[in-house]
Amino acid sequence: MRPLDEIDRAIVNRLQDDLPVSHRPFAPIALELGLEEDALIERIKTLLELGVLTRFGPFFDAAAMGGAFCLCAIAVPSDRFEAVTELVNAHVEVAHNYERTHDLNMWFVLATQTQEGIAITADAIERETGLTVYRFPKLREFFIGFRVVA
Amino acid sequence: MTFDASDQAIVRALQSGLPLVPAPYAHIASELGLSEAELVERLDRMKASGIIRRIAAAPNHYKLGMTSNGMTVWDVDDGQVTRLGGIIGALPFVTHSYERPRALPVWPYNLFAMVHGSSDGEVEDKRTQIAGILGSACRASDILYSTRILKKTGLRLKKAG
Repeated sequence: MRPLDEIDRAIVNRLQDDLPVSHRPFAPIALELGLEEDALIERIKTLLELGVLTRFGPFFDAAAMGGAFCLCAIAVPSDRFEAVTELVNAHVEVAHNYERTHDLNMWFVLATQTQEGIAITADAIERETGLTVYRFPKLREFFIGFRVVA
Repeated sequence: MTFDASDQAIVRALQSGLPLVPAPYAHIASELGLSEAELVERLDRMKASGIIRRIAAAPNHYKLGMTSNGMTVWDVDDGQVTRLGGIIGALPFVTHSYERPRALPVWPYNLFAMVHGSSDGEVEDKRTQIAGILGSACRASDILYSTRILKKTGLRLKKAG
């Protein structure tokens, strides 16, 4: 990966703040960063292609739409890890999935449009993989204020 | 608020991200057969009601040098978890913190706190600080490092019907 320059870092930092909905949303940010609007848009495309940004757009809250989120975990035997990853990731309800260092070595978040969708999807993954899907819905949220400084 | 078929179509059109063009909302509106003004009004309403948390970039921690990512987990006395969770969640290096159910016997932990750093040592130091705050209210703890992103797409709605 090419190293990020100061402009890239400024863009990554600035774009973690909420962007107001407007006709030309990139224009004020470009002005602020001393870039042309087109140049800013090209930089964002490049940062997405490089994988420095995984996504740019609205963060939807499934719960506010009547849907649900649930953190889930599976203890996947190491010789089946790739195959189980494929089965789990094939579900559109799997919003993200991480490999972690523990007997429970696969941790993913289900995001569904209904409360029942969580159990339906988790049960389907259990049937497909033959493995227990442990479910850890949040009971209480203490803080969400994540920013990474580039 | 009411969340109708047009709102659903908007969510579906934007879930993979905002089009990278100078006037992205005009672009989406024309795809959906809405006026830009109506789309903007609906998006503002979704923001006000919390359906949209923010419109922003999701950075990849690994590519930004935050190569150590620890999910610290704690078995905290049920009578104290709400109070202590509030303290842990307010620490500047804790990015997300939740109370979750245990899954005994495999999983005795009820408090989760995500800690990110540029090295495992940095993350371990932060874990020690959390342990100090929890003190005797904590019976056991562990840390799970993420070693690979297997998928990261954000929320996807299924096609209608």
